[in-house]
Amino acid sequence: MVGVGHYLVVSAILLVLGVFGIFLNRKNIIIILMAIELILLSVNINLVAFSAALGDLAGQVFTMFVLTVAAAEAAIGLAIVVIYFRNRGSIEVEDVTLMRG
Amino acid sequence: MITMIAFYLFAAILIASAAMVVSARNPVHSVLFLILAFFNAAGLFLLNGAEFLAMILVIVYVGAVAVLFLFVVMMLDVNFVELREGIQRYAPIGAVVGLILFAELLMVVGVWHFSPAISTLRVALTPMAEQNTAALGDLLYTHYILLFQIAGLVLLVAMIGAIVLTLRERTLSRHQVIARQIARSPDDTLELVSVALNAGIPAASFRRPLADPLAEQPQEHDDRHPHIVSGAAHHEERH
Repeated sequence: MVGVGHYLVVSAILLVLGVFGIFLNRKNIIIILMAIELILLSVNINLVAFSAALGDLAGQVFTMFVLTVAAAEAAIGLAIVVIYFRNRGSIEVEDVTLMRG
Repeated sequence: MITMIAFYLFAAILIASAAMVVSARNPVHSVLFLILAFFNAAGLFLLNGAEFLAMILVIVYVGAVAVLFLFVVMMLDVNFVELREGIQRYAPIGAVVGLILFAELLMVVGVWHFSPAISTLRVALTPMAEQNTAALGDLLYTHYILLFQIAGLVLLVAMIGAIVLTLRERTLSRHQVIARQIARSPDDTLELVSVALNAGIPAASFRRPLADPLAEQPQEHDDRHPHIVSGAAHHEERH
């Protein structure tokens, strides 16, 4: 039988890969958004594994809310990417200086 | 045994495709590997008995979010080779941070254990008699109804926000502004000129329409197509 520890290791690897992806593709905002999706997916795997191991359904309810927020975040992020590309003709993260950040 | 094999299969493909997502040269390949990763995560959810979430993951993520990513990647005409410059520079520091994070997470995984009082701490016991979907629905529409509605609100705000952000105001199109149309009066725009008999209309009395007092900005199309009013001729409303 597969224990919770196995799922925890898988989700830890997934989270590290997501963080590594953010560092690796520092210029490409689309890949950064996908890496954030991977991080949220690893959180979901954790929640579902604990929910199954403890027999507590609240973890799965929480997973649904994480999915909702992740979908909203992806939609808004991609909309911002589209309008930024329309205005500046580039999606390089380092070019984003409109707000002097 | 079958569960073990399925778990290792799903986990291996999930991790391999996640690695490909962050390292693929072509962003379209990244999105396709992201879809593969979501499918395998749905398989892991199924192994845990969360059928509803597995199906939601496939429908929402593969069907909507990943396709949205694919759409944006293919719609933007970006030179992705240029965006990969400096990847060798960032890889070492990313690897260091990732390895430190992974070591810390492994330390946590190595020593954690369930609390002895765990059986009294559970919030919502999984009912054995019900299917996963029905049990989730029972819980979601009773105890978590407020959170459920807030989640709906989040999606609504995201939808409206995405529309507002990407809606392009086309300044060249001449759409009808009903408020301005109603607010105008003939005195603002028309001038009555009495024409003498047999005199005709002298050229000087051809007039442009008076400036629209309600217009916020000068209208360039009035200059391109000047409206000539003469006498009591009816001025056709353009707006």
